[in-house]
Amino acid sequence: MGEQKNVGIVIVSHSAKVAEGAADMVRQMVGDSVPLAAVGGNADGGLGTDVGAIMGAIDKAWSESGVAILVDLGGAETNSEMAVEMMPEERRERIVICNAPLVEGAVMAATEASGGSPLAAVRATAEELMGG
Amino acid sequence: MQEVKAHALLTNEVGLHARPSVKLTQLAKRFASTVEIAIAADGPWTDAKSPVKIMRVKAAKGETLFMRANGTDAEAAVSALADLVNRKFDEE
Repeated sequence: MGEQKNVGIVIVSHSAKVAEGAADMVRQMVGDSVPLAAVGGNADGGLGTDVGAIMGAIDKAWSESGVAILVDLGGAETNSEMAVEMMPEERRERIVICNAPLVEGAVMAATEASGGSPLAAVRATAEELMGG
Repeated sequence: MQEVKAHALLTNEVGLHARPSVKLTQLAKRFASTVEIAIAADGPWTDAKSPVKIMRVKAAKGETLFMRANGTDAEAAVSALADLVNRKFDEE
């Protein structure tokens, strides 16, 4: 099914449990045709986000078609932005952070990605949730 | 180009809930034709390839799902969608 061509999804939460649960929902609802990685918690295992861990998640979910990142609150977004900036230049343009709710956005983005849609369409579908 | 229509009764317990919506969208995306669904024969019609829009349709068990498609594979698209509904989205 050309799995590695589908856009990848990265879930970034302050909580490892939220990240893991959101990833479970994506796997169960959408299936495994979409590269997926979820990361949550700081380096000490507490609530928070970690730039290095986010970079690892982007690597894990990497697809030549790009990666869409879903985040929860403040630091998850700024640390994700930092992680994107630290990625190799040729990859940066193919990584987007979606302005969408974490769980619903991840499921919607993954559904769109599972149909082989390009990165811009995946992002638009996740962000459509905010638009009404 | 030809428009093809079909309809199917929602018989699965949860109707067009989250997971069935995802399955329907994924299936519709496999076809080149435009594919739309509605909960009345005369619409309003919703793009079956849009997961967000389909999720908002919220059709319940016992309702009839109407579908129509336009394009070269319209016939196959509509019959695949009707088949998915008739199979209760492979959930039961």
